[in-house]
Amino acid sequence: MKPSKKEWQEALIERYGKDIYTKITSGKVAVCGLGGLGSHIAVTLARAGVETLILIDFDRVDITNLHRQQYNVNQIGMYKTEALSENIKEIAPFTEIKAYTEKLDKNNYSLLLKDADIICEAFDDSLCKAELVNLLRENFPEKYVIASSGMSGFGDANIIHTRKVSKRFYLCGDEISDVSDGIGLVATRVMLCAAHQAHKVLQILLTEEGDFYE
Amino acid sequence: MVKINGELLDIAGKTVAEYLCTAGYDVKRIAVELNGDILPKSQYESYVLKGGDSVEIVSFMGGG
Repeated sequence: MKPSKKEWQEALIERYGKDIYTKITSGKVAVCGLGGLGSHIAVTLARAGVETLILIDFDRVDITNLHRQQYNVNQIGMYKTEALSENIKEIAPFTEIKAYTEKLDKNNYSLLLKDADIICEAFDDSLCKAELVNLLRENFPEKYVIASSGMSGFGDANIIHTRKVSKRFYLCGDEISDVSDGIGLVATRVMLCAAHQAHKVLQILLTEEGDFYE
Repeated sequence: MVKINGELLDIAGKTVAEYLCTAGYDVKRIAVELNGDILPKSQYESYVLKGGDSVEIVSFMGGG
């Protein structure tokens, strides 16, 4: 049975206490790309209590996505924005989701991302990653950017890390492995990187500069 | 000396574009932060590195 919004809020407050609850639920977080990284980032943040998520992806769920992304067999063919919204609502029913089924680029990023305080770059293509991060850092210096680089293969789990590049700009990944090098993406390392990105989001929400335990 | 990703290098006087080329970076797949702010790609050719500059270069690998 679906809990009431009051029951939901009380359960989170019981876990976190009122102060942390208030900070986490107030987050307005955008996830750019809803593949292996983005689908896990969004689900994890919703589970953790982030109340406002902006989800952006132009693609549909493919059978080859299921070995590492947060989708189900019955969602093959659906837009990822719709499928992920559905899944998040089953996990955290009171999450407010703004979903955009569009290719995010220099023409629409300022419109789609204007309401976000924290932006997770979760694209697959390295050119698109670089383009988005440069656009955001040049034009939205007040927003936090948490980007990703290097999480493919079966390599060491422990070299996936979070690095503060500069004020309000973080990078997660091993910074070495490339999807074209070999086996491609594997669920576990992609989830590790996604967890690093989602974790930094929570730290930023808890402390102004995100340097919670640094 | 110029600090590049934490390492001190004797490259003052070079432009950012010259350094990136020498070091083998693909400029389409990177972001460059200069003294804590993004350096727009349009300034790679014109910005001359000077002693004390601190540069962070982020390379984007494919996959996500």
